[in-house]
Amino acid sequence: MNWSLLIIEFLIKAIIILTLILLIAAAFGVYLERKVSAWIQNRIGPNRVGPFGLLQPFADVIKLFLKEDITPSAADKLFHRIAPVISLGVALSVYAVIPFAEPFEMGNRTVYFALTTPDVNVGILFILALTSVGVYGITFAGWSSNNKYSLLGGLRSSAQMISYELSMGLSLVGVLLVAQSLSLQEIVQKQALWNWNVFYQPLAFLIFLVSAFAETNRAPFDLPEAEPELVGGYNTEYSGMKFGMFFLAEYANMFTSSLIIVLLFFGGWNLPIPAEWIGLEHGSFWLSLLQFFVLIIKTLFFVFFFIWVRWSVPRFRYDQLMYLGWKVLLPLALLNLIITSIVIYFLR
Amino acid sequence: MIESYIPLILMVTLGFLFAFVFLILSEWMGARRVTREKITTYESGMVPFRTARERFSVKFYLIAMSFIVFDIEVVFLYPWAVSFSSLDSVGFWAMIVFVIILFAGYYYELKKGGLQWD
Amino acid sequence: MGWLYFFFGILSVLAVASAIVTISSRNPVRSAFALIFHFFMLAGLYLTLNAQFVAVIQVLVYAGAIMVLVVFVIMLLNLSNEERLSEKFDVRKAIAITLGIAFIIQIIVAILIPNSFNSNLHQDSAVIGTAQFIGKSLFSNYLVPFEIVGILLISAIIGAIVLAKRKVE
Repeated sequence: MNWSLLIIEFLIKAIIILTLILLIAAAFGVYLERKVSAWIQNRIGPNRVGPFGLLQPFADVIKLFLKEDITPSAADKLFHRIAPVISLGVALSVYAVIPFAEPFEMGNRTVYFALTTPDVNVGILFILALTSVGVYGITFAGWSSNNKYSLLGGLRSSAQMISYELSMGLSLVGVLLVAQSLSLQEIVQKQALWNWNVFYQPLAFLIFLVSAFAETNRAPFDLPEAEPELVGGYNTEYSGMKFGMFFLAEYANMFTSSLIIVLLFFGGWNLPIPAEWIGLEHGSFWLSLLQFFVLIIKTLFFVFFFIWVRWSVPRFRYDQLMYLGWKVLLPLALLNLIITSIVIYFLR
Repeated sequence: MIESYIPLILMVTLGFLFAFVFLILSEWMGARRVTREKITTYESGMVPFRTARERFSVKFYLIAMSFIVFDIEVVFLYPWAVSFSSLDSVGFWAMIVFVIILFAGYYYELKKGGLQWD
Repeated sequence: MGWLYFFFGILSVLAVASAIVTISSRNPVRSAFALIFHFFMLAGLYLTLNAQFVAVIQVLVYAGAIMVLVVFVIMLLNLSNEERLSEKFDVRKAIAITLGIAFIIQIIVAILIPNSFNSNLHQDSAVIGTAQFIGKSLFSNYLVPFEIVGILLISAIIGAIVLAKRKVE
């Protein structure tokens, strides 16, 4: 294998993917959130910077960079710095295994629309593993600030995240039973045309969706930053771009969750009609590009759904949240798993 | 084969490096006019009262412990699920027994009020 | 295969360094963080052995679950900078040091004896490392240990409840 070629390919892909996350997931996500919330509340929303206020997120980022970066004197200086790095680093690293379209042929070699080839057969588990490490960003942020609001917010948040990680993992097993693979590439290929997993695993989808809301700390599960009781939650003592990093990570996570929901349950990049009907063959660049846009459009719908829910539903109480996670979703996911495996076992 | 993990390791490194650059830029570009009031702990405008290094409820500990146990259960389910089509009936029923054993543990915890949050 | 040793070198140096920080740091949270970092490096080392499933589970279970409990407990007991860990030299420490030295000698001897272990990867390592293969062997050849793990886990739940509930009531 040619070394320099590998590195160049990696760098090009990594730069494209990082730009994509920052542009679509973060910048456009924030813009969409503000616009949609404005529409729902009968306001106009950002409309000053650029056409339709589209450049607003860039102005915000510049503002955040130039803001004063305050570290409280009582804080643990080291962990106060490390915490946002963990949050954002984890949010960006998960893209190492996410495929965006079918591979295409270029010359005599196959180019993958992902950073890793399908040889890395643990894609979805890798994402879960990294997400479970993301808890530390919030825990350390809460602990290191040495502030009561931060500590309570961070604790609540980490307890919430680990609780819902279980039901998320269990609901995933249902999908794995159907797909028989851990690789996202293969899971998507098994859902060609309309063979979407959501039709086979509707309960798993619901559990996964609810858990995804809880994992990303989005309303109605945004207890960690419940303003009336905890001010800003774990990021109370953060300012400037350190605050921005948590903010960015939150939107990147929301985009990632939507992307994974689409890949696991909604056919991923599969076109609704056979590719031959529109005169494209498998392995051509244009088909891959089209699939990429299909994937992004499906994902943006779920991003919109996340935002829609946030501005429509009131917040849970903490005991209700724990009740839902441990006493409803966990047994339900277990039930779904048992039923799925028995059905598959006896159909064989 | 092992070549395929290099992009994985590189991307994780790059992701954290990127976040680190953001951190450095933030500390370097931000304004810096420190006053004593600014760097005191925020407590809704009051003078901070004791520290936040308080002991907290044992319930969080119980949640984390239950999480570990069930997380390990789920970890056993993954290889079982992906190799399901090539397992014989013994492999199938072994997992059902395993799940029932752990469900008994879950039921015990439920009845003891270990998952009660008040 | 040069790059393999390159990655192995970086990962193992970082792993050893973070392990040293874990045991030498006076601040328990710093120790815990170094240990989390160490688990990441171990996962990377597993990847160089083609054991992708084990690598991911290493992060998922050790770094993502067990260390959450450790971090919680450190915060629960409120062991911050102020409460330094004791520095007494007792019997347990003596035993630990003896065993540690014995282990190091074992490793050195193993390296010095030629052909005592094979440093080449198994030719089917890429297949053996996948979740499918692990599932197949776990649920056919290793059924009894697997069920015993179930019993062990249920006793862990019961133990946790007995300990935690005693304090609440």
